[in-house]
Amino acid sequence: MKPFDYVRPATVTEAVAAGAHPGAVYLAAGTNLLDLMKGNISRPDRLVDVTHLEGLDGIERLADGSLRIGALVSNADLAHDAGFARSYPAVAEALLSGASAQLRNAATVGGNLLQRTRCAYFYDTASRCNKRDAGSGCDARDGENRGHAVLGWSENCIATHPSDFCVPLVALDAIVEIEGSNGRREIALEALHRLPGDAPERESALEPGDLIVAVRLPPVASGFAAHARYLKVRERTSYAFAMVSAAAALRIESGKIAEARLALGGVAAKPWRARAAEDVLKGVAPTADAFQEAAWRALTDAKPSGDNAFKIELARRIVVRALTLATAVTPARLPALPASPFASTSGAIHA
Amino acid sequence: MNHSISLTVNGARRDFVLDDPRVTLLDLLRERLHLTGTKKGCDRGQCGACTILVDGRRINSCLALAISHGGADIVTIEGVARGDQLHPVQAAFIAHDGFQCGFCTPGQIMSAIGMMSEAQAGNDPERIRECMSGNLCRCGAYAGIVDAVLDAQGQMDETNQRRSA
Amino acid sequence: MPELNLTSAPAHLRHGSNIGQPLTRRDGVLKVTGQATYAADNHPPGMLFAVMAVAGISRGRVVSLDVAAAKRHRGVVDVMTPDHKPELAIDPEIKTNPFVFRMEVLQSHEVRYANQPIAVVIAETLEAATEGAALLAPRYETLPALVGLDAGESFVPPVVGVGNPSEHHHGDVDAGLASAEKQIDAIYETPPQYHNAMEPHAIVAAWDGDRLQIDMPTQGLRLSLARIAELFGIAHDKIHIRSPFLGGGFGSKGFLAGPQTLGIMAAKLVGKPVKLVLRREQMYGPVGHRAPTRQRLRIGADGEGRLTALDHHARTVSSTFDDFYEPAADASHTLYAAPAIRTSHDAVRVNTGTPLFMRAPGEATGSIALESAIDEMAWACGMDPLAFRLKNYAEREPISGKPFSSKALRACYEQGAARFGWAKRSLQPRQMRDDAGLLVGWGMGTATFPALMFQAEARAVLRRDGSGAMEIGAHDMGQGAWTALAQIAADELGLDIDRVAFNAGSSDLPDAGIAGGSAHTATAGAAIHSAGAAVIAKLADLATGDDRSPLFGAGNAGVIARAGRLIRRDDESRSESYPEILARAGVTEVEARGTGAPNPAAMEEYAMHAHGAVFAEVKVDPELGQVRVSRMVGAFAAGRIVNPRMVQSQLFGGMIWGLSFALHEEAVTDRRSGRIMNANLGEYHVPVNADVPPLDVITVEEHDPHVNALGIKGVGEIGITGSAGAVANAVWHATGVRVRRFPIKIEELLTQR
Repeated sequence: MKPFDYVRPATVTEAVAAGAHPGAVYLAAGTNLLDLMKGNISRPDRLVDVTHLEGLDGIERLADGSLRIGALVSNADLAHDAGFARSYPAVAEALLSGASAQLRNAATVGGNLLQRTRCAYFYDTASRCNKRDAGSGCDARDGENRGHAVLGWSENCIATHPSDFCVPLVALDAIVEIEGSNGRREIALEALHRLPGDAPERESALEPGDLIVAVRLPPVASGFAAHARYLKVRERTSYAFAMVSAAAALRIESGKIAEARLALGGVAAKPWRARAAEDVLKGVAPTADAFQEAAWRALTDAKPSGDNAFKIELARRIVVRALTLATAVTPARLPALPASPFASTSGAIHA
Repeated sequence: MNHSISLTVNGARRDFVLDDPRVTLLDLLRERLHLTGTKKGCDRGQCGACTILVDGRRINSCLALAISHGGADIVTIEGVARGDQLHPVQAAFIAHDGFQCGFCTPGQIMSAIGMMSEAQAGNDPERIRECMSGNLCRCGAYAGIVDAVLDAQGQMDETNQRRSA
Repeated sequence: MPELNLTSAPAHLRHGSNIGQPLTRRDGVLKVTGQATYAADNHPPGMLFAVMAVAGISRGRVVSLDVAAAKRHRGVVDVMTPDHKPELAIDPEIKTNPFVFRMEVLQSHEVRYANQPIAVVIAETLEAATEGAALLAPRYETLPALVGLDAGESFVPPVVGVGNPSEHHHGDVDAGLASAEKQIDAIYETPPQYHNAMEPHAIVAAWDGDRLQIDMPTQGLRLSLARIAELFGIAHDKIHIRSPFLGGGFGSKGFLAGPQTLGIMAAKLVGKPVKLVLRREQMYGPVGHRAPTRQRLRIGADGEGRLTALDHHARTVSSTFDDFYEPAADASHTLYAAPAIRTSHDAVRVNTGTPLFMRAPGEATGSIALESAIDEMAWACGMDPLAFRLKNYAEREPISGKPFSSKALRACYEQGAARFGWAKRSLQPRQMRDDAGLLVGWGMGTATFPALMFQAEARAVLRRDGSGAMEIGAHDMGQGAWTALAQIAADELGLDIDRVAFNAGSSDLPDAGIAGGSAHTATAGAAIHSAGAAVIAKLADLATGDDRSPLFGAGNAGVIARAGRLIRRDDESRSESYPEILARAGVTEVEARGTGAPNPAAMEEYAMHAHGAVFAEVKVDPELGQVRVSRMVGAFAAGRIVNPRMVQSQLFGGMIWGLSFALHEEAVTDRRSGRIMNANLGEYHVPVNADVPPLDVITVEEHDPHVNALGIKGVGEIGITGSAGAVANAVWHATGVRVRRFPIKIEELLTQR
């Protein structure tokens, strides 16, 4: 690990000033950053430790019905907050399907949003990677890439965003509150992560010094609580990144889908909101046919970036299943294996 | 640049000067405080062998900078037994053969203790399996680990009931 | 010499108070309190930290290292490179015996595989040494890497595994296939796998003049010591290795490898104790692995499901500079009674660290292919897989025609099947569902592993205070040597286990051989057995030859050692305690040594194997293809069970490795660079707790008078065989999709809806 200056700002303003320096990065729990630093993927000159900043670790219900989650709230505390899990069950399920209990105890909301890809070529400093080293090339493109992106990728980068948490968040129109050199601003989570295009090294809309201070769920987000699930296919039963995942949230009124929300994980450099699929579900009955149609719509633009054509078919099937699961009433308690196909799903699979 | 840090480790206050901000809690415990019960299996948060309790919560000590945790209350495997009296989880690991080589064991035990205080798994084996999945065991002692946790959970529930009765 | 008759009756008949008891681990308290000292837990005064820099390419040479940049880093003491290192006494490329593997210890600038050590940075802190290694920023001359099973011209290796011929023939395979009514011809592939013991390889080395103190996990103390002695040109008695606990070995800690040698060199270079611990990613290269295989099985059967021929060919790889060939096809030698069997191997050389023994080397890789193929053949014959296996049950070892020393496989099949409920299985695949609609599949596999013996020596002592000691440089890598061997020792000494000081895990103790081949308990146990017999004989001599002893003259009748007393065999009222005998004789202790070794005559006469039957149930999501094993039952016959608790744990572990082989483990190699792209524990998947279902192990009673004095066959590796195939076959039964490339991946199961 490269030596760094350790700075512990007392206020958000101090943090932003310190974080704006070239070579500076913010340290929250460090569950991703330290991993990257140990692998020499990230070699910052300065760590601005924001973990001791006051006021960023609360979960508060705002007057308008939105929910504001401080950036330093841990993944575990958020998922285990009973009120939160009741109102946003798919988000809680996604959180609990990610990483391990130890990591969730440490990892923060803000950090989760900014976690870096798990692309093996990004992590392997002996390989070329445009994201890690702009302009060096992409060894994943013709490499071992069965887990790589099928949506929104470019010739310069086929990496995926690994977050589970972000998938239901983006479906629920989460908003990111950012403190920057020019004060506070907010953007939709959907606009936080960038697709690679010709500049895969630019992963987000954040400018130097920008600090995520909170994530906000708008008032309507809790309206999906009765029909919201997260589903994640992975290569171990637990403690594995998604091969493909989906968050589905429905508002069902009088037997019809009043509103649908759908997002995919593990398929692109960002949590992938599937608006076209949402559109076809609006106002129709929640039937297998409708879900199939939605699945096709969700993956219309998908194309393999390597040995991963199967992910497109898998994503379609996950969409159908996630919508099927969401249509059934959200379980009162999260399943023992959150987001797993092996979560108790009695009767949910139709032969 | 030197940083003064004080930590509570297994109940005792430890003051020291950290001459390098790169030191993780794991390396601090192992190489500087010579508390080597906590193990380094991967150093990247992927195996759980380094699990300790920080302010009562189980975390991977390999991914925590010591400098960021000044003032923290740390419990390691060395601080779990009371003298010769083993913690119920420790005793249950022996009784149920919840380990073979023993290298992942301190992390498993700390994780199990942390899990019990999280109170999410209870005595449901499936939830225990899920909640203990952050601790790899290459020898394959998982069956014994789950049995040990169930046993210890049962004992502790009983003790608590007796206390509250 | 009185006739003691100590060896003809099995040990448990003589005493029986310890062997066979499910004692908990004697090292349990140390392990659950964090007090068990693994190599990297040592910290001698003045110790420095060494960190390896490893190659980022897999073939070529290092043309520059920025040593100056590393040295400028605060705390860096020295940088060991090919141009700056202590000289070794012999060229590490020389193979002084077949158990010496070539190692990379900075003897040249050449790079032969990715993650090969290319320099070592020594520093005052771990942080400085780690960053120093990064600052070396090597530049390379890169050559095209040889990668994969088709990397080049194949050749037939002279031997596979440990000295096995690479080809075997028995009967006329071609005729057998030609006459077959049903045939299958299938190709199976297994990936490279890495041992990934939880404890990374580590060494703490301290020189004191020409004396060398080492803490290092090893499965072969004396073999390692001998290798160190020849590499550094020092006498054996100048070296002391401590290895009381291994954090897992699985074969990767059997032989001294380059990294440990570099630790010793680094300590010599800087004149201070040095600790060198591999980083997890550095374990994917210099410390061995299981080589990939491509196996073709051709099997013929007649109209009644009787095998007519079995042809098993395995392609594997070795490194470009040394030889180890995974003997995968040899798995077909022992299980099924085909009148004609041919097994053969060929190999290509690739840019990889030399493959090595990894838990059930050959047996595991061969077993998953063979058991899959047998399952396919049973289906082709329209037969239940168990009925098919019973129809082709081998009463004698098929490849050799020898009788088995013992074989309780039929009982394994019966008991395992009954416990599992196998009789309710549908013959057709994709017929079973659970309440949730998940596909359910049942599969089985036969397990087998040879009952091996190596050579060992033990030293036994009986003391006047009534205590005893047994010393043997045995290794506990988790299998439970501290407990099981102490149980044997206590019985052999006729003492309560708490009165026996059992001493192991150190190179200054008698040579226990290598902890491998599932043979350690048998080998070390046999040595303990004979040392115990010898020391009891000495003690008995003192008593039976002394007219003041109640045992005087009992020589012809014999005495029994039990509970700290010698007892006249034909008159149990006449006995004397050990302290009484020793006190009267005026000695403080008696001591004797004994050895354990294979019996060549028995090996010539009998085929010696442990056997088992594994039954697995999997659930598969019908649309999403994710697989989870929901239960497994294994029934194993492995001779005498010394400690049922620990044996069960070992068999559980093996079954989990089998599950992992079928569903999880694979080192993903970049086909261009030869680099392993998942050299970590996040993406090299080994099973987590949630992957492991309730497991059930039955140990089937089996008495084997031929394998060794104690009748032990060993259980360290057999669990993985059979299990891998059982899981794979269960996936087929659940889905109707036969996957022949392992591990089975989600995309293979998405084909049907």
